[in-house]
Amino acid sequence: MDTFLGFDAVTLARMQFGFTVAFHFIFPAVSIGLASFLAVLNALYLWSRDEAYLRLFKYWLKIFAICFAMGVVSGITMSYQFGTNWSVFSDKAGPVIGPLMAYEVLTAFFLEAGFLGIMIFGRDKVGPGLHMFACLMVAVGTAISATWILSVNSWMQTPQGFSIAENGQFVPEDWWAIIFNPSFPYRLAHTLTAAYLTTAFIVGGVGAWHLLRGERQNPGVRTMFSMAMWMAAIVAPIQIFLGDAHGLNTLEHQPAKVMAMEGHFESHPDGAPLYLFGIPDQENQTLDYAIGIPKLSSLILKHHLDAPLDGLDTIPREDQPPVAIVFWSFRIMVGLGFAMLGVGLFSLWARFRGRLYDAKWLHRAALVMGPSGLVAVIAGWITTEVGRQPYVVYGALRTAEAHSPLGASAVGTSLIAFVVIYFVVFGAGVAYILKLMHHAPALGERGVRVEPGPIRSSGINPDRQMRESGHDIAPEAN
Amino acid sequence: MFYSIDLTVAWALLLAFSVFVYVVLDGFDLGIGILYPFFREKEDRDIMMNSVAPVWDGNETWLVLGGGGLFAAFPLAYAIIMPAVYPAIIAMLLALIFRGVAFEYRWRATSRLSKRAWDAAFIGGSVTAALAQGIILGAFLQGIEVEGRAYAGGWWDWLTPFSVLCGVSVVAGYAFLGACWLNMKLEGEIQHRVRVMARVFFFATIIGIFAVSLATPFLGAGYAARWFGWPQLALTAPVPILIAGIALLLLRTLFHPERDRLPFILGLVLFALCFLGLGISIWPLAVPQQITLWEAAAPAKSQLFMFVGAIVLVPIILAYTGYAYWVFRGKLDPEKGYH
Repeated sequence: MDTFLGFDAVTLARMQFGFTVAFHFIFPAVSIGLASFLAVLNALYLWSRDEAYLRLFKYWLKIFAICFAMGVVSGITMSYQFGTNWSVFSDKAGPVIGPLMAYEVLTAFFLEAGFLGIMIFGRDKVGPGLHMFACLMVAVGTAISATWILSVNSWMQTPQGFSIAENGQFVPEDWWAIIFNPSFPYRLAHTLTAAYLTTAFIVGGVGAWHLLRGERQNPGVRTMFSMAMWMAAIVAPIQIFLGDAHGLNTLEHQPAKVMAMEGHFESHPDGAPLYLFGIPDQENQTLDYAIGIPKLSSLILKHHLDAPLDGLDTIPREDQPPVAIVFWSFRIMVGLGFAMLGVGLFSLWARFRGRLYDAKWLHRAALVMGPSGLVAVIAGWITTEVGRQPYVVYGALRTAEAHSPLGASAVGTSLIAFVVIYFVVFGAGVAYILKLMHHAPALGERGVRVEPGPIRSSGINPDRQMRESGHDIAPEAN
Repeated sequence: MFYSIDLTVAWALLLAFSVFVYVVLDGFDLGIGILYPFFREKEDRDIMMNSVAPVWDGNETWLVLGGGGLFAAFPLAYAIIMPAVYPAIIAMLLALIFRGVAFEYRWRATSRLSKRAWDAAFIGGSVTAALAQGIILGAFLQGIEVEGRAYAGGWWDWLTPFSVLCGVSVVAGYAFLGACWLNMKLEGEIQHRVRVMARVFFFATIIGIFAVSLATPFLGAGYAARWFGWPQLALTAPVPILIAGIALLLLRTLFHPERDRLPFILGLVLFALCFLGLGISIWPLAVPQQITLWEAAAPAKSQLFMFVGAIVLVPIILAYTGYAYWVFRGKLDPEKGYH
């Protein structure tokens, strides 16, 4: 068999898709949340004329611009990977998912890109009203984009509304059924909420960092930390509720995935335990060193302690997903979700005691949890995607039958190129973002460009000297 | 009436339109990266990049529409062409990554070394993306080996002298468009230098067009008959004649000291005519010599569902894209820029 470094072409193609999409996913997750956060900040500034909101708007706009650029370029890669690495899947599923992705481009990508320039550079060119409109369009665009792509993803999980033609293509029969397939509403709600929560924790982490560094009187720092903690306290419990609903929906339509998430190799006719820990051994179909709470899984999934639950012993070995990956990624996601809830509750307690900006342990916890949303989002995505295996279109097209007629060396070489370049390029981007975050939002916060104008050199700039010495009080446009 | 429109033809035209819009829009902003090596001063490079900063990612979205549209409307063609030009596509995507992030990173870099590195990423990314796009076009024109519903050739088949010729021509053409754009957006001393570059790359572009046109009939595959057979000749002959006419007009305007917008507009017309020429060569095939548009077409239900949306949305997109260009119209103020 044709291999590259011991891997066959399908495995390499899966690694490449998983790697590039996991990297890509980080940026839209943050862009979706930040775009809405920026729209809210801008609206609050226009409404209250409180300088702290403008300061925060400009501060986060710089981070958003880098994030968005990374999201755009890593996303272009995705739109071509279907063809380069998964040409059989493209040929077969193209008639169904292609139009949904085309709608994503037409309704979302152009909207975001078209108004992004005005949002970033256009405040004093178009006036506050149109600038606010541009901010809204970018925020709405990111959400529309998520809606279409999650519809596509959900259709691959719970396909319906199609027939299969003689040439093997999936042919759309009912667009309504395709778009609003059974897992779509749950996945959309769970993922969008995840994006907002992820952003809230990043904003909260940055706020906590500056509070710990003694910026407690900085109104920008106070405002962002307070807003982020409200989000954590309100949205984290909602997210746990949505996640539970999504899980029940998965149990109905993809029971094997839930069995893998739960580590249930065996069927439990009179109440299944909730395993907290264990080492899945798929070869022998056992969960070793299992620690579990009796009957709790039945209570969560069936709302009854003694309800029977089927295990993977009812699924043929060749139709089972890789259990260990799904089992662990699910636990990481859920664990982080509850830790987020903990931070949210902690902040409520501190807030009602009037110590939100002084509770050092809250700030430390929020700082540590800053990137938790990103980890949870990736873990959740791995749970659902690996849990769909061995199918690419659940129950209808196997992953092993969907890849391109490419040699392992071609896929392997490009995989290495992607890994090296992504780490260099996006590593640098993350470093620049961290550098921006390291500075506290200041009075007269600058816009997206470091230099005030493209022609003037930074050394001879009276405007900047004045601002640095603190004389510049008037809020400055971008 | 509505149902009498051939959806497959409509989609072919719509995709051709979005690829054309991509080529001219990203063409001029890729061109700016290609021109970077000729402008070594930081101030020059800053203002060149800022001339496209508010619009570049909108420009690149047309590439996503081209790829996504091909996937949706002609999935079989997409599934065959992508593996056939695999390394070139991957090179293009990676190049676009370097170039795209340079727009932001360049302003965040603080050390001299990293500033230079992101300038190099902008140049290398722009040149490689343009070269790869030309090579993909060349590989497409020279034909792709197909068996059943899949690509059947080797993974270096795309690399031939002809495809490289196409690649170099596209680099020259994009640099020419970029110089025309800058000629329109800049003023003063830098505009003079930009205009000189526009002349140089104008000649390079014309040589490229000439060489590719000359080589295409020798690729076989009925291109010669398509172009020179009678009575088609009556329809095909005007294209090269018009190209020659536009080239002469461009020559005059490029040496005229007060023509700021006209070279760019004529440059767009030149690209449109070349695009028309490619259309004449390829029509009505989705994969040259192998698969027609109708064989590659998605089921009518897929095409109709998208077409309804596209007819409504594309004009709206053009309207707000036009608005964004209008907001940032006119010469760049070197004292203020966009910021």
